[in-house]
Amino acid sequence: MFSIGLGHYLTLGAIIFTIGLIGIFLNRKNVIVLLMSIELILLAVNINLVSFSIFINDLSGQIFTLFILTVAAAEAAIGLAIIVVYFRNAGTIRVEEIEKLKG
Amino acid sequence: MIAHAVFFYLFAFIAIVSAIMVTAARNTVHSVFFLILDFISISCLFIMIGAEFLGMIMLIVYVGAVAVLFLFVVMMLNVAQQKNQWFASSKSSSHIPAGLLVSLIIFFELIIVIGGWKYKPDLLNSSTILISNTTTNTHSLGNVLYTDYIHLFQISGMILLVAMIGAIVLTFRQRAGLKKQSYIKQISRERADGVEVVNVPKNKGVKIDV
Repeated sequence: MFSIGLGHYLTLGAIIFTIGLIGIFLNRKNVIVLLMSIELILLAVNINLVSFSIFINDLSGQIFTLFILTVAAAEAAIGLAIIVVYFRNAGTIRVEEIEKLKG
Repeated sequence: MIAHAVFFYLFAFIAIVSAIMVTAARNTVHSVFFLILDFISISCLFIMIGAEFLGMIMLIVYVGAVAVLFLFVVMMLNVAQQKNQWFASSKSSSHIPAGLLVSLIIFFELIIVIGGWKYKPDLLNSSTILISNTTTNTHSLGNVLYTDYIHLFQISGMILLVAMIGAIVLTFRQRAGLKKQSYIKQISRERADGVEVVNVPKNKGVKIDV
């Protein structure tokens, strides 16, 4: 209980991953919250990599985390740009009303 | 040891609660605020576990750049007033049980993998890039990042460049009827185009035809 090991961090990562997943599946609001859920999922992956890196005593995991951070920042910028363009064209970003791709 | 455990549970609790609030908050602006709280508590965990550089980078990149970008877009698009409709929408509530089921199954699979997994005995000795106790975390990361991982580092720079160009190209908009400065016209204007010296006769004045 009082000795925090690898399992504690991995469990925290799993919980945050699942919360992000539920946020994507059940989101009825706008697409921005969906992007935030994706950020949560990437955060959970980062927790896993860093805790493994510390407990195995290997620095590679932290370097992978750095690259994941880079990709997450790029993804957020592009995703928000797409959302802005979509809002300008369609006037809404509610998930329910984005159904142009529906056949 | 006990202090470590207490702070771990504190930060983990804050992180989980704020992660739930990110997806469940009624107002999108509140979601962004809880996202910031989540990032901050996770970076506290990183600093506590010994990855100081990544904790600080998380603060700078996520809280300083990404979350503020989210906040800008939320406020720019004026979607903050759209209320959350969890479990209330009749049109799309059919896939909510399936989504919950799949999420919970994934969660239990992750827990099973974490709890029931036996690592190889020599896993702890198999690391190739050791964390040294004499140099700081930032120093040792820099030692590896600029030598062994230099190509990946440069490719990540290219990814950021492409993302920047893509965001600019996507949101660039040419408006009709917008008055702009024309430097060529300004510079190439002669004195004769603008000023005329008129000889004014006495008591007559000058007729100005516009």
